[in-house]
Amino acid sequence: MTSLPSGGGPSGGPRRGAARLVPPRLRPPVPLPRVRSPFRSPLRGPWLTSVLGTVLLVGIPVLFVTGLLSYAAYNPDLSRINDKTPGKGLLGFYLFSWPTHPYWLYRVTQGVHVTLGVVLVPVLLAKLWSVVPKLFALPPVRSVGHALERLSLLLLVGGGIFEFATGILNTQLDYIFPGSFYPLHFYGAWVFFGAVLAHVALKLPLAVRSLRSRSFREELRTPRSRTRPEPADESGLVAAEPAEPTVSRRGALGMVGLGSLVLFVVTGGQSIGGPLRRAALLAPHGGEQGTGPSDFQVNKTAALAHIRPQDVGEDWRLTVRGSNGRSVQLSRTELAAMARHGAALPIACVEGWSSGDQHWEGVRLRDLAALVGFHDDPPGVFVESAQLAGSFRAVALRANQVRDPRSLLALRVNGADLSPDHGYPARVIVPDAPGVMNTKWVRQLTFGATYFEERA
Amino acid sequence: MKGPTPRAAAARARHALRGVKSRVLRAFRALYGESPLHLALLLASFALCGYALDRLLADDWYGVAKWIVGAALLHDLVLVPLYGGADWVLHRVLRLGAPSSPRRIAVVNHIRVPAFVSLLLLLVYWPLVSRDVGAARYHNATGRSLDVFRTRWLAVTAVLFALSALHLCWRLWRTRPRDAVPATGPGPLPAPQGGAGRAGRAVRWRSGRSARRVGGRSGR
Repeated sequence: MTSLPSGGGPSGGPRRGAARLVPPRLRPPVPLPRVRSPFRSPLRGPWLTSVLGTVLLVGIPVLFVTGLLSYAAYNPDLSRINDKTPGKGLLGFYLFSWPTHPYWLYRVTQGVHVTLGVVLVPVLLAKLWSVVPKLFALPPVRSVGHALERLSLLLLVGGGIFEFATGILNTQLDYIFPGSFYPLHFYGAWVFFGAVLAHVALKLPLAVRSLRSRSFREELRTPRSRTRPEPADESGLVAAEPAEPTVSRRGALGMVGLGSLVLFVVTGGQSIGGPLRRAALLAPHGGEQGTGPSDFQVNKTAALAHIRPQDVGEDWRLTVRGSNGRSVQLSRTELAAMARHGAALPIACVEGWSSGDQHWEGVRLRDLAALVGFHDDPPGVFVESAQLAGSFRAVALRANQVRDPRSLLALRVNGADLSPDHGYPARVIVPDAPGVMNTKWVRQLTFGATYFEERA
Repeated sequence: MKGPTPRAAAARARHALRGVKSRVLRAFRALYGESPLHLALLLASFALCGYALDRLLADDWYGVAKWIVGAALLHDLVLVPLYGGADWVLHRVLRLGAPSSPRRIAVVNHIRVPAFVSLLLLLVYWPLVSRDVGAARYHNATGRSLDVFRTRWLAVTAVLFALSALHLCWRLWRTRPRDAVPATGPGPLPAPQGGAGRAGRAVRWRSGRSARRVGGRSGR
């Protein structure tokens, strides 16, 4: 009669009266005022979650692999100076000599890594939105297995947001995260990916079933007026009391897609280049470029590197040394008198931006190796900058990088002397090396050494 | 008589083994709540995560743990209620107590979509737009000015809302009432309660069914 849960309020009166007539033992349990779930969207359900999950299932492994490749591109196994995560242990199992062919490889892998990461943000947010009722599901823990799964989900969600947040902050030079970017993002990626693997293994059967439960093409033809909630199931995603739809599934997916598209337009051009570069309005290194020979991007100006005028002025000398003990000093004029070669190579940064191909002119690294006795098959080189403090003022390059005929100690770019911000008087440029490995304001090259202590 | 006996014994043994197996599985399920495979998968995952976490937490374990747990909590307990609440308020404001109609929902969505995209851009590019990164640091690194990003975000936002408004006007024009035939939808809508120009206009729209018919006619 009056046992319908009414959400409390004025109807409490008569019910109390009726209850007095029933002996206490037979009285039905007083229904608690039912709290209406705040999650009433009729769109939530295993199908929508699975569609979004499928996008991430493709995207996140691409992010993971391109991220691992970027770590390999630093040649961390060559020298401690290149390795920002020396404690990596087994996590560096896959490392290999980073190639110099094709010359645009790092530009592509890292451009994909950063651009895809940004573009996936709305998909990630939508996926989390679609499963948020499960966070508040009662009881919070049903069994030991459920507790472990929830712990794994904390690593999945926390680790995922951590990876996206540290990556996005780092591309915008906002280093507010607790520590150095490289270890945080690298180890965090393994934590996140470990949780992703478990999540995929546990949820893939449900996702496949859900995707088969309705036709994607049919759903794209369903307007709001015909949008109905998915049938309730054990997934716990479908709202118990769904509200009227205010948007179709097609509309919701379209909105997420539009978000990704707009993010792509305002970001992608900083690495893709061409006409898109001007559209990359919000990318930290996007937007319109000047037309001068040195008007392509930098990420470390001479001022930031504290390059003093006396370090790079008339008295500047390049010291070329060999692990065999030989040593040569060259002025810029002497360098310029050596055999000059050209190479059209981009600068591609770990932060995802890259310049188009720039026309560099300078002396081949292998010709400099020959000056100190390494005529055939020169070894790797330890490069030091006039920059006195800060990371990446010295790097080690591998033998394959030194031997590539396009690897230069560049003196000029696009027909003009290097500008101070691009590394005047001389900088290294190596095909496929991450931007920071192309040392600017070079002061010393030590062939056959990969670290300070090994210097002769 | 000789042949079937060992076969029958083997079948009995198999049956008994199956019984034991299913009892062990049942006991495992009762204790653990999920299948053994579930446990195996999670333990394998935890082994990898633990190995990496050990390294991730090596320097500043408290700071990193705060970030990981805080990221999940901030998203689930702050960001979701915040945008969910904002969406709810948007609906409430535009409904003005009237029952929802397709046109009113269209107005909501024509605000919702550009607002979503604009806030998404703000979220992703917060350090640049809010100047959190610091003008000096940005200029020292890139040689450029940080000033442009706020203007650009505002401009993109304005363009998004303008395009959405134009699209709404176009839809409005396409489905405008052509004749004096009263709407045949589910009940006439209440007259606008004055004020609130945008919502007032929305209220004057006719219901979805007739709108589609009119739209279809105008499109031939």
